[in-house]
Amino acid sequence: MSSNTDFEPKIIAFVCNWCTYAGADLTGTSRLKYATNVKIVRFPCTGRIDFLLLLKSFAQGADGVIVSGCHPNDCHYTSGNFHARRRWIAFRSVLDLMGVDIRRIQYSWVSAAEGSKWADLVNNTVADIRALGPYAEYQKVADYLEKEGYNEEA
Amino acid sequence: METKYISQSGIEQWFNAIVISGKRVFAPVNSRGQVDFKLVKKLSEVADEYIQTTQSIKASVYPKAEVLFSYEKVNGKVTLTDFDPESVPETVLWKVHPCDAAGFKPLSAIFNWDTADKLHNAHLVKTSVVSFSCAAADESCFCTSVNGSPGNTAGSDIQLTMLPDGGAIVEILTAKGETLVALMPNVFEADKGEKKEKYLVDLLARFNLEEVNAKLNKAFNSTVWKEQSERCLGCGACAFVCPTCACFDIQEDAHGSKGRRIRCWDACGFAMFTLHTSGHNPREHQSQRWRQRILHKFSYMPERLSVVGCTGCGRCSRACPVDMNILEHITSIAKQ
Amino acid sequence: MKKLRDRAAELLSQGVVSLVIGYEEGTKRPRPLFCRNSESAEKLIFDSRCFHNLAVYITKKELVGKERFAVTAPISTLRSIMQLYVENQLSEEKLLVLTVDLSGELREFTTFDEIAAYVAQFELKRGEREQGILSKIEAMDRAERWKFWMEEMSHCFKCYACRSACPLCYCSKCVVEVNRPQWINPWPAPLANMEWHINRAMHMVGRCTACGACGDACPVGIPIDLITRKMMEDMAPEFGYVPGQPAKQGNALSSWKLDDREQFIR
Repeated sequence: MSSNTDFEPKIIAFVCNWCTYAGADLTGTSRLKYATNVKIVRFPCTGRIDFLLLLKSFAQGADGVIVSGCHPNDCHYTSGNFHARRRWIAFRSVLDLMGVDIRRIQYSWVSAAEGSKWADLVNNTVADIRALGPYAEYQKVADYLEKEGYNEEA
Repeated sequence: METKYISQSGIEQWFNAIVISGKRVFAPVNSRGQVDFKLVKKLSEVADEYIQTTQSIKASVYPKAEVLFSYEKVNGKVTLTDFDPESVPETVLWKVHPCDAAGFKPLSAIFNWDTADKLHNAHLVKTSVVSFSCAAADESCFCTSVNGSPGNTAGSDIQLTMLPDGGAIVEILTAKGETLVALMPNVFEADKGEKKEKYLVDLLARFNLEEVNAKLNKAFNSTVWKEQSERCLGCGACAFVCPTCACFDIQEDAHGSKGRRIRCWDACGFAMFTLHTSGHNPREHQSQRWRQRILHKFSYMPERLSVVGCTGCGRCSRACPVDMNILEHITSIAKQ
Repeated sequence: MKKLRDRAAELLSQGVVSLVIGYEEGTKRPRPLFCRNSESAEKLIFDSRCFHNLAVYITKKELVGKERFAVTAPISTLRSIMQLYVENQLSEEKLLVLTVDLSGELREFTTFDEIAAYVAQFELKRGEREQGILSKIEAMDRAERWKFWMEEMSHCFKCYACRSACPLCYCSKCVVEVNRPQWINPWPAPLANMEWHINRAMHMVGRCTACGACGDACPVGIPIDLITRKMMEDMAPEFGYVPGQPAKQGNALSSWKLDDREQFIR
């Protein structure tokens, strides 16, 4: 894949309110500079994150996705992140079978105290996605319309 | 109506002329272990040695999903983009069976019943049908029981009947057919006097349509519907592969300040097909939905649109996961 | 087979059960049969051609009614029946299970444990068809897999035969039928179809018994049963179940272990 230095990845981050969102706040209040490519979507808990949301992000133009929450045993709702972790294990496997680029989804545990970890996570993810390039293959079919005719080669 | 002869090499030359003229050609293609219509560029891509394609060609005039209109609101100003009939490309459907070509009549009857459906008619006007008569059939075919036949030309613009020498008898049936012939007129030779009937499969009618109709008129409260539909799973396979089923759903694909309204296929077999917003469902049992399917095709459509809603292609029976064999069901109703 | 027919006729005439769900000869292969009296039991057949997963009818309340009923079950149906027990969709008083074992003997089961003991002898293995296609897919790289599945998905026209044939898709209101929000695209399109099948695979995590009914039901020949089968194979070591041997250990996605795998999480 050719590296396009003009390409700025669009990243969506699905984070839990109690840990990662607070952690990202801390990054800001600590005046740490980090990549601005990420749009954050706040959830009460990673356990609430529907797996299809990640795919719909790609369809809406995201090149990469971050999913982050409380460390195991620290979930504000006790076990939400455990359920999420199970779901992610299964989802990654299904996506990999179907040929979706799982390198573009970065899972993480970032606590409310880990402001610098959030900055690192974002910077690393942006760098990784930049190297992978835009997720054009996915976005090409994201108009949710069959190409005119029957099963025509795009 | 004119009858001509075309040789094997003539067919190939004519086919290439159609492709070169810029018309899109859809033909049956062997892929993934099935035969289905795909866009083709060469005659060699077209499948032979099959009885029936899995899906019908109704998608050519009634797409699985099509945009009725789209809208966008920018700075308070709304732009509405309607369906553009001019956007439909010239299309040739190649090697369609007579049962499929016959399906255009009931389909168009539904789409022109109370209003003239702009989209359907726009597709129809740009579509030419080159059908091939049938030399073979299988146990699911029953065109001759529903006013059809292996050599029926209804709905076709041109019909070819293949001959042992690789050439074919050509029946040029409509003005659209003549336009296609005019793309390479020199390959169409004088009729050699071959009789088409000699090359058609002999398919005996399995039931009498009038008899069935009479029985159906009295069968609304019969127990036959429950008996026949017990194994039905309520999926949409039969409706979707059928050349005449036209039930649709309209969906709003709205994304804030822009969106589009889409019409897509639906099926009366689905449990929630007739679910009202009140929660009442007039067809809440599968037996009612099955009854509706049969009555619609064999009773209501003949009565109200003067055309039977089935062409005997047999696809529903082949596609059904639990062998709801429509021929078997209708024959059993006829015997009641 | 005669023993099966006789026993079914007996159960019906004695009123032990009000219905026997089995198989009869169909157009090209066996199909489901509903025997509500002993005469119709004459049509019952049971051999290796009997493919349909009859467990799909067990959760259709208006079909089976309120009284006790019986099902003639080949191994794939037995597995699904076990899974339905595990998910509390079935009670032992309501269902009588009939099967014919490898030596031709008629077997009758009334409890989950009896079925489990019988099923334990049969290892869930990939057949020739499954191995052929899956090994091809496993050898592909990511981009090739995407291309393969997108081509397959472009044929899907959302008839939901897969869902209808699956005995474990018994939700009275499926996610596709919910329109606030319209989470699954209602109209067919390659990516929309992909989302639907990924969704269905996720709803099957830890539950699918690889009966192949979904793949067989698909009118356009998409091998969707391989998606859930491969998922079950991959998740077995992660979530501690044996594919093909449903056990009362809690649903895979509603339970968790402290040491569930973490390495992919930063």
